Formats: sequence, structure tokens, C-alpha cells
Amino acid sequence: MGSTIIEKIVRNNTGKEVKPGDIVTVNVDRVMIHDIFIPFVASKFEEMGFTKLWDPDKVVLIYDHLVPASQVDDTRHFKVGNEFVEKYGMKNIHRADGICHQLMTEAGYVKPGNIVFGTDSHTTTYGCVGAFSSGIGYTEMASILGTGTMWIRVPETIRVNITGKLPKNVMAKDIILKIIGDLGADGATYKALEFAGDTVENMSVASRMSMSNMAIEAGAKCALFTPDEKTAQYCEMELTDRERDLVGDKDAVYCQVLNYKAEDFVPVMACPSNVDNVKPVAALEGKKIDQVFIGSCTNGRLEDLMAAAEVLKDKQIAPFVKLIVTPASRKIYLEAMKNGTIATLAASGAIITHPSCGLCCGRTGGILTDGEVVVATNNRNFLGRMGTSKVEIFLASPKSAAACAVAGKIVVPK
Amino acid sequence: MEKFSGKIWVLGDDIDTDIIIPTEYLALKTVNDMAPYAFSPLRPELAGQVKPGDIIVAGKNFGCGSSREQAPEIIKALGIKAVIAKSFARIFFRNSINNGLLLIENDKLRDVVSEGDEITVTLNESIEYNGNKYEIAALPDNLMDIINAGGLVKAMRKLNGLD
Repeated sequence: MGSTIIEKIVRNNTGKEVKPGDIVTVNVDRVMIHDIFIPFVASKFEEMGFTKLWDPDKVVLIYDHLVPASQVDDTRHFKVGNEFVEKYGMKNIHRADGICHQLMTEAGYVKPGNIVFGTDSHTTTYGCVGAFSSGIGYTEMASILGTGTMWIRVPETIRVNITGKLPKNVMAKDIILKIIGDLGADGATYKALEFAGDTVENMSVASRMSMSNMAIEAGAKCALFTPDEKTAQYCEMELTDRERDLVGDKDAVYCQVLNYKAEDFVPVMACPSNVDNVKPVAALEGKKIDQVFIGSCTNGRLEDLMAAAEVLKDKQIAPFVKLIVTPASRKIYLEAMKNGTIATLAASGAIITHPSCGLCCGRTGGILTDGEVVVATNNRNFLGRMGTSKVEIFLASPKSAAACAVAGKIVVPK
Repeated sequence: MEKFSGKIWVLGDDIDTDIIIPTEYLALKTVNDMAPYAFSPLRPELAGQVKPGDIIVAGKNFGCGSSREQAPEIIKALGIKAVIAKSFARIFFRNSINNGLLLIENDKLRDVVSEGDEITVTLNESIEYNGNKYEIAALPDNLMDIINAGGLVKAMRKLNGLD
């Protein structure tokens, strides 16, 4: 019997054949802790009685949610983090380089076939390079820091096949929103998603990141793509046979198979206030908006900013709209400056902010109030996420978001 | 088998972690400081009304969203004895076990109860309500080990020879 990608990754890690439902202990290749949780991780780690990290080089600390500090209390997180790094001999710390999920692959911390855990639910992102990565809480993180191991239940896999050529106004974001709408917010709970088909083979690693990033919004434990030449180039490595073999076998057992034709996708939005409340943009056209946010670990990459810039070139955003653009990392920020994308966005009226989580977690600038409407490219539209609980958040692709900024209302991008 | 009764608070489907504790309160120093804001986007009055020993009964996918462990910790800090839902999100489930918050899955109870009712839970066995019994599953052994140790911190302290 064949295996799914996640079954192969766990088998390679443990040296044992596994099947869904098995509870196994895995050796962790890398962990990520971000600024919000470092004080809690640090205190649990010491409360547990550990005196050293299992492998300081495998631990990455990234400041992103609270950067730069907007409340006095935030500074405590940086202070505790810096002390932790010093005390336990860590080298991998990023204080203002961008969003954790962007940096983990961009800075080369995650490679195909790795098993990675992070103190953030969108840790599923690293499935874009064929790594099994998932979010955990700070107590479990503290126990990994001491032991280097973690128990997991081998998940069943939902296979998603997508074939054909996407319409020009459709982005990877529209695909994953549609899939989340079809599965429901709990449709993949405890399960792995596995993406295949020529549409995803033709996608950039950045587009794959948008999809694996949002898999958690259907409850998924992880979301995997087969590593290929694009992955190798992105990770600056040569793939071995073991990594090339991370493909779902023809006779693997799937708990569910979804088949999509790329030509059938249309621009969609997740409507307030659940990510699985997905509707075609065409059905929402005309709704007046107050703000647009383009950024986050879902859609703050160069191709996202360039897609927005293409829509905004030689245009002005509606006078009553605030457009906030937040590059996902410093590297992306610099690339977007060099190729003129930032200039195009700024000329259209955009506010360009420093690389960070920014408005996605409602922290460093741009919060809204009762009755206001925002079209945003991030991954969550939960009540109160960007200000008061009476803010309406519509999640969209960068192309859709940019088109809305110009129109001052929801419109279908051309 | 342990048995307890409590007054119930009824919530809907997809109660996410931003509802349980909004991001803006996450930088407060302790979970006790955060607890008054629990569920505030949905029901700002709720945190002030719940009493120790009360039970939450909710729909499907309770705890979906972020990995914030403050979510189960705050529910525990409010004195909630257990959360009974049709289903739980994965990270929230693990975080609750690791912090000793009791979660019980049952897909029928939510649709028959009303807020303020009283129910009786027999751990790993059943829930009694209005003269009817609703069966519940027993937790797997590896999770009961963590709960029996008093949570993951205590299990690790034992590993390190501290307790």
C-alpha cells in the first residue's frame, strides 16, 4: 500500500512505518517562537526544570506581532526574549526582519521533509516547501525546547487535485478561500491537506505559501506540497531522492479527495466573520469600504505587492479609503523598492508600513471602529480582530483588494 | 469515576480564540488580568457572570483560530469546570489537555439544552440532563497520563526529577 506525503515524512523521521491514528514521538528539526509567546515559553521552560535547550541552533525567536512596540507592556516581551537568547546561547533571533512565517523559509530555517513546530497557528505555512509544520501552544513548546521531541497523532490526509490554467484575475488566495468554504472551518480538523495537479505545479513557492498558510482556517494540522525544482531553487539546495519521493503515492489512502478545474475558479472573499463564509466577489459588488490592507504572512510577498501595483499603476485610490501595505519581510521590502513596486503603490496613495504582522493581528496601526468595512489580504476575519467587534472584515486576494481600493467599494478585479 | 454537576452557559459554533481572548489583551501580564475580557467580542458581560464550577456547552469547532494558550488558561481561570462541545479545534484541544482544562465531545447535548440549566457529568462515561443520558468517549491513555500528572509542566518536572 502506498503512502501520503505526511506518512512519508513521519516514517523518515521515526524510522517506522506509520498509519493514520498512530501516536508516535517525532524528533523535531526546528522550532519557532514569536514575540507574543516568548515570556510564557520562558517561564514554563524554567518551571519544568530544564536548564539548557536541547539544541540552541534549532530554536528561532522572531519578533513580529509587536514590532515596533505600540504599548509599554510590549517592551517586556522583547526584554524577556533578549534575556532568554543570551542565557541559553541562541543565535537565531530576528528583531525587526519581518513576519515569522515568511522568515522561517526565506532565511533557510526550514527544508523539505523537516518536522517543525511554532507557537503560532499559521505555522502550517512551511508545507509550501514540503515540510510538516504545525502550531502548538507555549507549554508544549517549552517541553520541546527541553527534550527535542513531541508526540503527534499521524493524521489522515485530504487530497486536493487542481488542474488547468487559472483565470487572470484569480490568485492562489482565491483557490484556498474556495477550498476552505467547501471544507468548512472544521472540515480538515486533525487532518493533513495534500495539494497536487499541474495548477499547483506551475505555481510559485510564494503562491503555495498563501495556500499552506491558510490551511489552518479549515482546521488542518498541516498542508503539504511536493518539493520540486522551484522548491530547490527557493531553498537554495539540491533535492535528494528522499525529498523527491515526498509525493502522494497513487495507491495511498485518502479520507477525502477534492477535484477542481482551475478554469472554474473566480475571485472570492471570506465575508464577516468566519473564514469559511466564502462568496464570489461578483455577489458582493457595490459594498462601500473604508480601508484596504495588503500584507501578512498570507499575502505580503513580492508577487502579492506586484499584483497590487499592477492594478494600482497610474491610478489613485478612492479619496475616503486608507490603503495600508505591509511587506512580509525586509528582503521583500527591499526587492519591492528596487523594482519600483513601492513607488507605484505610494504614488497611488498607499501607506507603506514596516515589515511585521501589522494590522492582521490588530496591533501596529490601522484599527477600525463600529460600522467600518475593510477588505484585507490576511487570513482571519474574526470578530474584533482589527478593532471593534462591529468592524466588517472581508478577506480577499491582493488583486481584488487593490481593485477595491481604487473603486472605494467591493468590485471584481479585471 | 469522578462525577460533578454545574450550571451551563450556551455558546454557538466556531467560537474562535479571538472571541475567547482578543489579541489586544494578550500582552497583559497574567491570565487573571485577561480573564475579565474573555468572550468580550461576543458577550462582554459573560466573564463577569460565570461562577466557579459552571460548564460551557458549545457547538462545533470550539477554540478554532490561533495557538494562543491563554484561551484555555483563561477559561480555567474563570473557574469553568469543563467545556462540552460538538467538536474542538486541534491546537485548542492540545493546549487544554496540557493545562488541565477538561474538554468533552458530544454532538447532541448542545441542541437540547438552554442556558442556565444544570447538567451532571460522569467523567469518561456520560452526561445526565433532564432525565436523559448522553454517552461520552474516554480520553486516550497518553492524554490521561498528562492529565493525571496534573498537566504537561508537572509531567516535565517529574521527568527532570523535581517532583
